[in-house]
Amino acid sequence: MKANCWYGKQDVRVVDVPDPKILNKSDAIVKITTTAICGSDLHLYNGFIPTMEKGDILGHEFMGEVVEVGSEVKKLKVGDRVVVAFPISCGACFFCQREMFSLCENSNPNAWMAEKLFGHSPAGIFGYSHLTGGFAGGQAEFARVPFADVGAFKIENGLADEQVLFLSDIFPTGYMAAENCDIKPGDTMAVWGCGPVGQFAVRSAFLLGAERVIAIDRFPERLRMAEEGGAETINYEEAGVYDTLMEMTGGRGPDSCIDAVGLEAHAHGPLYLYDRVKQAMMLELDRPIVLRQAILACRNGGTVSIPGVYGGFDDKIPVGALMNKALMIRTGQTHVQHYFRPLLDRIKNGEIDPSFVVTHRMRLDEAPKGYDLFLNKHDDCIKIVLKP
Amino acid sequence: MVKTQSGESHGRMAKGPQFRISRDGDGWRRRGIKGLNEEKIALGLGWFSIGLGLAEIAAPRGLTKLIGVRGDHSGLLRTLGMREIASGIGILAGRRPAGLLQGWMWSRVGGDAMDLALLGAALKSGRSSQGRVVAATAAVAGVTALDLICSLKLGRRDGATTRRGAIRVTQAVTINRSPEELYRFWRDFQNLPRFMKHLKSVQVTDDRHSHWVAKAPAGRTVEWDAEITEDRPNELIAWRSLEGSDVENMGSVRFERAPGGRGTVVKVHMRYNPPAGLIGAGVAKLLGEDPEWQIKDDLRRFKQVMETGEIITTEGQPAGRASSTSWRYDRAVRS
Repeated sequence: MKANCWYGKQDVRVVDVPDPKILNKSDAIVKITTTAICGSDLHLYNGFIPTMEKGDILGHEFMGEVVEVGSEVKKLKVGDRVVVAFPISCGACFFCQREMFSLCENSNPNAWMAEKLFGHSPAGIFGYSHLTGGFAGGQAEFARVPFADVGAFKIENGLADEQVLFLSDIFPTGYMAAENCDIKPGDTMAVWGCGPVGQFAVRSAFLLGAERVIAIDRFPERLRMAEEGGAETINYEEAGVYDTLMEMTGGRGPDSCIDAVGLEAHAHGPLYLYDRVKQAMMLELDRPIVLRQAILACRNGGTVSIPGVYGGFDDKIPVGALMNKALMIRTGQTHVQHYFRPLLDRIKNGEIDPSFVVTHRMRLDEAPKGYDLFLNKHDDCIKIVLKP
Repeated sequence: MVKTQSGESHGRMAKGPQFRISRDGDGWRRRGIKGLNEEKIALGLGWFSIGLGLAEIAAPRGLTKLIGVRGDHSGLLRTLGMREIASGIGILAGRRPAGLLQGWMWSRVGGDAMDLALLGAALKSGRSSQGRVVAATAAVAGVTALDLICSLKLGRRDGATTRRGAIRVTQAVTINRSPEELYRFWRDFQNLPRFMKHLKSVQVTDDRHSHWVAKAPAGRTVEWDAEITEDRPNELIAWRSLEGSDVENMGSVRFERAPGGRGTVVKVHMRYNPPAGLIGAGVAKLLGEDPEWQIKDDLRRFKQVMETGEIITTEGQPAGRASSTSWRYDRAVRS
């Protein structure tokens, strides 16, 4: 089959690889009908996530048709149409039973490595470095889905692929980020980053009852999309983020702040250069610029929610502000499986149509061009879906 | 590593030469070090690192001449100097806890290996003054021996190894199953190779005795007979190897109901003599075959078998390269 593989910094290629096989009894093989490039794939593309190996198959947002099931698969059968969650979860451990699926204790064969870095390991993830299991990803014609009864969610016909595909990651990720803010009537939210996750965070905040959402980015087309979702916007190239937020919120600050940017944040000024240099010298893994801004801008006693990906040990985090302002931090990889059913219901009820975020449709073998386009935000690119 | 038992003394913080005996939770005797203080030796080696490092940075040409190497290697020498200083500062700053100090001492051993390799290359190149290079190599080899001994002794004090060269490991895992279920599975020793990666087979000969075959480096196998020394159903199994074993070992596994109905805490204590002695254990540690992590990985697999019925793997999946998994990272799933 054809698969999009990682070969180094800004080097991905679509190559011929063997078809996947059933390796564990609870596996299913899915023939992929639609897959996507995620913003977090760009961290891999730029070489910021350690433990990638040449030839790793990328991709963790995919859906398709079940073509084979292992002997222990009970709920799924051949022919089912499914969306696959990006975290791999066993369904039987302490965390899975509490629906904290991204913290599954049994799905990362390389847990030893994550334990050395983080103290404990998160769940395995498709196509996202060997630190989270080294699992082959879904930017391919077929994928093997371990613990398929837990991770593959059956979708009835009637909805287009593009309407349900994002249940695999970015819709629940934006939704969980907003849910983590424990939104109360009248709340004002600020969302840093108007990429796909930021867009879903904006819309989810309104679904969960926010009064106002302020979205922050620098690309006009992304700010425009956020405005279409009901947000007010700040272009940080034109105005200072903190001052503008204070002006817009009567000096109190947003009730909750969502960092939908993560480790490759951009900004202006000496602090950005400081992080960029430290990152280049491998002295710091992440550029926590947005996290700093969010902590300083958030109102006293508010919540900072972090769906953006971080990987390491970071500098100059204003812990003093965190403590003295009595802030709450909520974060984590998304417990996707927990959100499948309620979010599908919202799609069916017409409360949201996730396909609004798609700006580009390409063939799988155009994936390398897609990564380049997405990275450089050429052609107003916000979200690319790929068809095998 | 989880250590919760009361009455367990590790004697880590002792200062100066002294003699200690303590008992751990399973009644194994442990001894401290008499007379010799490896911490002081480590400090000396730390200052030596800084001195040598400064010399390498300040006068790289003089130093290359002294060890008989021709040509300008200032850049390389300055890099080596920075490595030396880093080790030195680490040792001097890392006196407590002892584990940290041991880590920095191992960094010296690594540095020694690098120095020896470079000197070896210089000897082969033929462009160097052979006599001086040989003398320098001998000097480095001497220091290497001291570093190695010191690191190993610190390791012993750190609780990983005992005076007679045995390796001690304590690990725990919480499993979402009842003690009864876990005990039943473990007590049937023929199940153990399913999750203990280094075991090839266990043959049960009678109610208390069994024969064990395990994989050893370089495709060899090691074998031993074991007897059960204590068997409390649903609570504890303890065993030890019998006379004539390739690997002398003893151990116990406990099954304790976790608070709040959250499954069972499984705790393993093991003690064994590695086949090649302490040096073998040290080399294994450098190669990533740390016994602590081996047991930890085994318990992780035990948990997987008990909670999900099998061990998740990636071996055999597709990839855009010759092998399906990575040699560097996926050791837990590679057979």
